[in-house]
Amino acid sequence: MKVLVGVKRVVDAYVKIRVRGDGSGVDTANAKMSMNPFDEVALEAAVRLQESGVVTEVLAVSVGPASAHEQLRTALAMGATRALHVAADPALEPLAVAHTLQGICDREAPDLVLLGKQAIDDDCNQTGQMLAALQGWAQATSVSGLELDAGGASVTREIDGGLEHLALRLPAVVSVDLRLNDPRHPKLPDIMKAKRAQIETLTLEELGVDPEPRLSVLEVTEPPRREPGVRVSTVGELVERLRNEAGVLS
Amino acid sequence: MSVLIFAEQNGGQLAAASRSAVTCGLELAETVDVLITGADCKPVAAEAAALRGVGRVLVAEADHLGAALAENVAPIIQREAQGYLYVLAGANSNGKNIMPRVAAGLGVQQISDIVSVIDGETFIRPIYAGNALARVRSVDSTRVITVRPTAFEPATGTDGSAAIEAVDPGADSGLVEHQGFQLSGGSGPELGSADIVISGGRGVGSAENFALVTRLAERLNAAVGASRAAVDAGYVPNDYQVGQTGKVVAPALYLAVGISGAIQHMAGMRDSRVIAAINNDPEAPIFEVADYGLVQDLMSALEELEGILATTSSPLGKSA
Ligand SMILES: Cc1cc2nc3c(=O)[nH]c(=O)nc-3n(C[C@H](O)[C@H](O)[C@H](O)COP(=O)(O)OP(=O)(O)OC[C@H]3O[C@@H](n4cnc5c(N)ncnc54)[C@H](O)[C@@H]3O)c2cc1C
Ligand SMILES: Nc1ncnc2c1ncn2[C@@H]1O[C@H](COP(=O)(O)O)[C@@H](O)[C@H]1O
Repeated sequence: MKVLVGVKRVVDAYVKIRVRGDGSGVDTANAKMSMNPFDEVALEAAVRLQESGVVTEVLAVSVGPASAHEQLRTALAMGATRALHVAADPALEPLAVAHTLQGICDREAPDLVLLGKQAIDDDCNQTGQMLAALQGWAQATSVSGLELDAGGASVTREIDGGLEHLALRLPAVVSVDLRLNDPRHPKLPDIMKAKRAQIETLTLEELGVDPEPRLSVLEVTEPPRREPGVRVSTVGELVERLRNEAGVLS
Repeated sequence: MSVLIFAEQNGGQLAAASRSAVTCGLELAETVDVLITGADCKPVAAEAAALRGVGRVLVAEADHLGAALAENVAPIIQREAQGYLYVLAGANSNGKNIMPRVAAGLGVQQISDIVSVIDGETFIRPIYAGNALARVRSVDSTRVITVRPTAFEPATGTDGSAAIEAVDPGADSGLVEHQGFQLSGGSGPELGSADIVISGGRGVGSAENFALVTRLAERLNAAVGASRAAVDAGYVPNDYQVGQTGKVVAPALYLAVGISGAIQHMAGMRDSRVIAAINNDPEAPIFEVADYGLVQDLMSALEELEGILATTSSPLGKSA
């Protein structure tokens, strides 16, 4: 079976981002960039399925600037079989990314598409569901358990009240949550090998994707700052202040 | 005919997140219509019909709609969306799962998790785990939107009398088989709408110690939350997680116990009215957002708290 994995290049999860003073956006010029953490989990899941023999090919796909080659090389070092870059600068919205992945699905015919549940920059949580809609395929989001065989995929989803178990017909789109696995750190020889590996390319034109955004970002601002609070010295003082000063305890 | 709300039920009642979506919808139009899907919708449809500002309630009822599978529900919303300018749902797990499938079906770019309405086409939504707010304008003809429940008061009212109409429930897609829920079913108030939330982190140390947090929450009629580290360590179930990838809460009081205050955790609680934190590390980042910070070992602090509350308050917590 063949698995397609979405790999988005994003500002690293542990970077404290800076909002530009003129409201034009977030300053990412010198920020450390990484593979979206959820996509690392998706890729790890695909590689493990490959190691267990269920999957024979893992295709990592990134849609974005040329610098996304860096994250695709990480994907290859982690064990992806092939890497494909679709140039898009500025970044595409989820609907256009879904159209791009749809074009790739038409060419590559994967049995399963594994994506992250959300990109930690736009926090949209849309792309997987949109791709499933465009393809008319089954979907499962926020997946923390996954088993795959020729008959289909059995998944566990994290939902508001707990967990949900589903059996999906293939092909399907699955978006993963962090608890699915702990992604490996690639080993040095694999990193060296990935440096020399070939990265395939396709253009939005070849895939027939309209990159025009439907949402324009008019302004980006910092959220209201919280005033610095006080340190209390005892539990008694804490309770007293929560009751009488803040009025939030009876 | 301009706003359609996809509403859902939670234990036979209209979900709080759906009520928040109604409130948001009423900022866009004078009345809103509500669509409900499920295996047994009657009580919830009646509840929705009584809400102030609801014009019509559309009900798609069939056995195969019991588990709210996106493959079955999205086509119904997509069909009923014809003629509406806005389709809204709460940004909870069902809304997040289903609405992008509707948006792609309609060929529009969804606007996720809005926290305010500026005008009919301009909205504010958090990005980068809430560390930035984006003001976005949509050019799509139908605007598919999910609404952050904590940003809009749940709609109330019991004196409305909207008409209830049955609509075609469609057929089962055959793509997915629902094999069951495994619900954690706590007894306290819902995490998303509780007045007080007490969350424990890795610092709590074990599931046994976490029982102290739970006991305190019971005494205060508070909901129990947790950091991702506490959930991953198995102290509590996954649906207790607060943060960028968990639930977003904004209670009157958020008490963080043994939580360091990572960016991703703060994304889920920074809009709480009052934040209090107990942590033995005076440098913990949680203190940068806490209105009240106590540097102390959490075990002794929890025991003292329980002692003080036992002698000086009613077990029902916040009274009127
Ligand atoms: C993509 C992504 C998404 C994420 N999403 C979320 C999310 O939604 N929610 C979330 O919470 N995290 C999330 N995380 C994880 C987050 O980055 C942190 O790792 C996590 O929040 C840490 O949890 P913690 O504060 O409980 O643990 P720690 O950071 O280990 O902090 C434990 C704290 O307890 C204190 N402590 C220890 N012992 C005691 C004691 N005896 N008395 C008092 N204090 C004590 C310590 O001083 C410390 O400050 C995410 C991470 C990533 C990469
Ligand atoms: N530009 C992209 N390139 C590759 N995959 C992407 C891209 N954008 C989104 N995805 C995938 O879709 C998931 C959800 O993204 P989003 O809908 O933007 O929150 C991500 O975790 C990725 O797996």
